[in-house]
Amino acid sequence: MTSKNEKDRLIIAAVDSAIDHFGENREELIPILNHVNRTLGFLPSEALEEISNRLKSSRSQLFSVASFYHMLSTKPRGKHVIQFCESAPCHVVGGREVWQTLKETVNLEEDETSLDGKWSLITTSCLGLCGVGPVIVIDDDAYGNVTPEQIKDILAKYSD
Amino acid sequence: MKSVRSMVLVSSDPVSMERGAAQVYENLKTEIETLGLSDEISLSMIGDVGRHDALPFVIIYPEATIYGPVKPENAQYLVEEHLYKGRVVPELQASHKELTGKIAWVNARKGTLPAEQRIVLQRVGIIDPENIEEYIINDGYQALGKVLSEMSPRDVIEEVKSSGLRGRGGAGFPTGLKWGFVSGTPAKKKYVICNGDESEPGTFKDRLILEGDPHSIIEAMSIAAYAVGANEGFIYIRGEYLLAQERLKKAIKQAYDYGILGEKIFGSDFNFDIHVHSGAGAYICGEETALIESIEGKRGEPRARPPYPTTHGLWGKPTLVNNVETLANIPAILRNGGKWYRSFGTPSSPGTKVYTILGNVNVTGLIEVPMGITLREVIAIYAKGMKRDVSFKVAQTGGSSGSIIPASLQDTPMDFDSFQNAGVSLGSGALLICDENTCVLDLAKVLQNFFKKESCGKCNPCRIGNERAYQILENISQGTGTMQDLDDLAMISKNLFELSNCGLGQTAGSPIRDILNHYRAEVEAHIRLKVCPSGVCPMSGKRL
Repeated sequence: MTSKNEKDRLIIAAVDSAIDHFGENREELIPILNHVNRTLGFLPSEALEEISNRLKSSRSQLFSVASFYHMLSTKPRGKHVIQFCESAPCHVVGGREVWQTLKETVNLEEDETSLDGKWSLITTSCLGLCGVGPVIVIDDDAYGNVTPEQIKDILAKYSD
Repeated sequence: MKSVRSMVLVSSDPVSMERGAAQVYENLKTEIETLGLSDEISLSMIGDVGRHDALPFVIIYPEATIYGPVKPENAQYLVEEHLYKGRVVPELQASHKELTGKIAWVNARKGTLPAEQRIVLQRVGIIDPENIEEYIINDGYQALGKVLSEMSPRDVIEEVKSSGLRGRGGAGFPTGLKWGFVSGTPAKKKYVICNGDESEPGTFKDRLILEGDPHSIIEAMSIAAYAVGANEGFIYIRGEYLLAQERLKKAIKQAYDYGILGEKIFGSDFNFDIHVHSGAGAYICGEETALIESIEGKRGEPRARPPYPTTHGLWGKPTLVNNVETLANIPAILRNGGKWYRSFGTPSSPGTKVYTILGNVNVTGLIEVPMGITLREVIAIYAKGMKRDVSFKVAQTGGSSGSIIPASLQDTPMDFDSFQNAGVSLGSGALLICDENTCVLDLAKVLQNFFKKESCGKCNPCRIGNERAYQILENISQGTGTMQDLDDLAMISKNLFELSNCGLGQTAGSPIRDILNHYRAEVEAHIRLKVCPSGVCPMSGKRL
């Protein structure tokens, strides 16, 4: 377990690096939140607090932005995030069966994170990979033409 | 770019990469070096080429031979045979019968497929998108040079007006008219925004343009800025499109290095800067006022209109917002003239349209064809027919905000006016083609779920209407619907159209409207007989 100090240090470092990169400017809020979210996996309240102090913008405003966009999460996520595309193009070419198998394999429902913190299962709208539906994305890796039989093998790649 | 005798291209879309395209590239490179051919053969990675079954592709010009799927271990043989000994390797060639997209065009030169017309995608898949010189060699920045040296801003707008180009984002608003509005405002500071927040389900044309030909967008935005009197531009790219963002940033840097962006461009008095802005995952940000809010660092909630962005846009200044595909037409129009552009397509909708073909067909992918081609042609020629010969039942155009189109409309020309007259919409160019195993109620449910989740929640008709419509559809699919539900759905649909604040809510009622118009009998069967005629809906008798 990382100690509280260690955790705070990581958060401050993430915020620092984002603000160094994009500038201490309220207009750059979304890129900054994106950057911190990518570094830490989600946006802890301490990070929002720190950004709020640095950008001189109220926490409520920050939270309203952070909770609006799908790619930003205010809740902790699992080590690996599985995104399943639930839009129509993937749905009609077999997405329904893939979704069923996916849920059973990781034993999670939509928007849940496993108790061991390994997986988060979320649904997403179209990812622009529709030529190869059904599509799932795990972390940054996209898998196309997925069939229910492949799910086990795909998940096995994330063995850590 | 040095002159070479052969050009070798390796596809690098996500599917190719997953299947080892990077290794294929490395092996080809090693082999070409081993045989001492590096000086006479160029090797590049290219973006998506439109066809997916035989990826990764290796395409060798000038013969335009298409190999696929190529495995890393094939590289040595391929280089030895084709590039060293000059013999085509038939056993590695991709089969001709299923080629589409860019590849189809290559193939068409041999007279085997009806040629597509490529204006927007003319360089996608042919040039190295990370090399500005390849863009310049292929007529790139010629239009900008012509505009800055020979034309007044008014001339440019007149030329765009005469081309009859209409916005390709879905609404079909005449582009020249929009430019005229922004140009007519007296403000000193104006902005040009390229809307690359492509998130209509089934649409990925903008991604391919941004990834495959980023400089065309920079050139088009510069021309637009000159025409309307802006000196700063933003390219808003959806957060999920990381490669597109990277490519654009690289392209912008190269353009600055070559003096094509920045101050006193081509020795004129015109200055222009472009920034890339990443989205963070919100469909609604494709709506232009929501997009502007998002660039300002706020929640992407649409503004009340009027005032329109053409007078009060980004930070309150007049702002021109154009879709990626719309802009990608601009350099060609300025190079060849509006009259030339009008020679393609139909009188009410000149030019070409990029479609993505999806669903239960043999070949999915991307095509660019003149406006006015019919759905039947698309299915027969480009999609190579329905999968397993199951008959065509319904198509869904333009992502979620388009229309559900019954088979009876498959001979209607696909252009803005013909579709409007038929009571349907073209949307953003996605063609989701479904066979008779598709349940329309299930399809409408999926679409409604999309709107329910993507509604920004600002106005009540959309926030509550979509939730309620989804519940009703879910109940009908469980076999617990009542006839009263159908009246309720019709009312919700009407309310969404009439009372919602923005384009999202105003189109969110179309799936219900369309299934009630075209497939009422099938929906009633779910209620009266408690049967799903296609055998898709669960019918478990649970009521929400």
